[in-house]
Amino acid sequence: MGKAKQSLVEVRNLKKYFEVQKSFFGRSSTLLKAVDDVSFTISKGETFGLVGESGCGKSTIGRTLLKLYEPTGGDILYDGKSISSLKHKEMMPYRKKMQMIFQDPYASLDPRLTIAEIVGDPLVVHNIYQGKDRIDRVKELIELVGLKADHLNRYPHEFSGGQRQRIGIARALAVEPEFIVCDEPISALDVSIQAQVVNMLEELQERFGLTYLFVSHDLSMVRHISHKVGVMYLGSLVEYADVNELYTNMQHPYTRALLSAVPIADPDTAEQSERIHLQGDVPSPMNPPSGCTFRTRCPYAMSKCAEETPKLRDMGNGHMVACHLIE
Amino acid sequence: MKLLDVQNLRTTFHIEAGQVQAVRGISFHVNKGESIGIVGESGSGKSVSMLSLLKLLPSNAKLEADSVLFDGIELVKTDQKAMRKMLGNDIGMIFQDPMTSLNPLFTIGEQIMEPLRIHQKLSKEEARKKAIEILRTVEIPSPESRLKQYPHEFSGGMRQRVMIAIALSCSPKLLIADEPTTALDVTIQAQILDLMRDLRNKMDVSIVMITHDLGVIANMCNRIVVMYGGTIVEQGTTREIFYEPKHPYTWGLLRSIPQFSEGEKKKLISIPGSPPDLLRPPQGCAFTARCPHAMKICEKLPPQQISLSDTHQAACWLMHPKAAPHAKEVIS
Repeated sequence: MGKAKQSLVEVRNLKKYFEVQKSFFGRSSTLLKAVDDVSFTISKGETFGLVGESGCGKSTIGRTLLKLYEPTGGDILYDGKSISSLKHKEMMPYRKKMQMIFQDPYASLDPRLTIAEIVGDPLVVHNIYQGKDRIDRVKELIELVGLKADHLNRYPHEFSGGQRQRIGIARALAVEPEFIVCDEPISALDVSIQAQVVNMLEELQERFGLTYLFVSHDLSMVRHISHKVGVMYLGSLVEYADVNELYTNMQHPYTRALLSAVPIADPDTAEQSERIHLQGDVPSPMNPPSGCTFRTRCPYAMSKCAEETPKLRDMGNGHMVACHLIE
Repeated sequence: MKLLDVQNLRTTFHIEAGQVQAVRGISFHVNKGESIGIVGESGSGKSVSMLSLLKLLPSNAKLEADSVLFDGIELVKTDQKAMRKMLGNDIGMIFQDPMTSLNPLFTIGEQIMEPLRIHQKLSKEEARKKAIEILRTVEIPSPESRLKQYPHEFSGGMRQRVMIAIALSCSPKLLIADEPTTALDVTIQAQILDLMRDLRNKMDVSIVMITHDLGVIANMCNRIVVMYGGTIVEQGTTREIFYEPKHPYTWGLLRSIPQFSEGEKKKLISIPGSPPDLLRPPQGCAFTARCPHAMKICEKLPPQQISLSDTHQAACWLMHPKAAPHAKEVIS
């Protein structure tokens, strides 16, 4: 994992604010800063894991990267070219390269379409593979994800959650993308099925040289699949590093608390392990605390934390931390 | 001392397509003051088995059992009316989703006071005092003012605390928690699990924890019941299940969690295939189709529960004394 790796997606100071109406009648609205000044780089052929609690903006980042949301500020570079200000039409060639796998395999497949239609839809949109070639391509895709060609004429309700997620993956792969945003792809699945899907994602990555952004709140699965991991809290990236570095040498108090909160599936270790207790809940992103957003729950908060927002600082070998304690 | 003793429980749902045999003859017990965990995949019958004991299932469900003894009372013959007196009083329940299990039209106070007024026949003022006390026990700050608020004014973790407060309000003997932390974030999950552990020790209540998260179980429970396809495939103490699992499904379950030793990356070992269709449950062992060690007999006959210790039982043909010699190697 050297620095020589070529970057595929580069995010610079990305901001995504949503306008939220405060009162039903009035015009007064307030800004919800879902993603606030986030920068990171995803290298070609690697998996970037993004973790954090619900509402921290991790899914918003995934969607903004694909321009499903228009970024409020900052820049997204894909293969060196800025795509953040591209219009719908200019974006089309990039849509072929960037795909998405969704969280809920029950909601992300149209119940009225057959599997062949669902998987073939991206081919129609991008107008590739005509006539019989298209049918062959769909067959090839469905076999690629471990389903059978005679499944193609069935409807989504005839499949289990794991099988549906495979169909979603086949659809994402249809246009031969380079980059896939996996938005909590396994959180709706059972443990034994999760392993199947994660193994398949890894195999596909190896085979096609895919690059993933893996958004998840399952910290042990992220550790398993990712090369680099970023930790988010309330719209900002508080720490990111290579996976082993992050999990063995975590610096930010939030990362430490988050990792220690994961219940360990081993009775002996569970007994010995010390938990860091975080008090209270995540503050509302509509009215985030000043300075470091984590200071309200941080056991080490100082007066400086309320005054100044900590910047991401390089600890060496690409380990970035945003905390006043580390200076 | 057994608080709950279930013998040969069967639950069937009658639907248009036929009969779904969701629970197919399970026997287990809960001792006083202990917490047991029921693990299994979705559809393995873990929630249904508990709900059917409490007679909380829709009318198309049919419950049969040789006996279900709760604190010396036979529940199989108990009618709805008598059951109602026990639910919320002797037996408390926490559901998975705190967003939908509280009534949005009533204040938190009214919802906590309701079981106190009905079961314990407390006056309004007494119930209010008790409610404040309970909210304090579940560590909700400024309980007096919180009582007057509605569920939407609470965060997910706070709502789950309120659910726990309601479930514990009448000091039940048994608390059934159905995936109580699945909808919560990890840091909040840790808070809720700590709280439940504290309360268990303080209030001397037995807990049945239904979950699919082995991490939660390892942290919470003394004993584990592993369910698959409507049957119990293995049960034992937490240590027995984690360190000496005997059933191939338990092995699969334990191996499909990512393991990390010295930062080295291993491939996840998944269980191929998917769970059986309980409309047409398999004749033999439910796990046969996905089991890497399946033998001929596994397809034909359901395996017997074999006792490995006082607490540890597993149902697998591999452990039968007449199983082929290679089976013994697989097991050990």
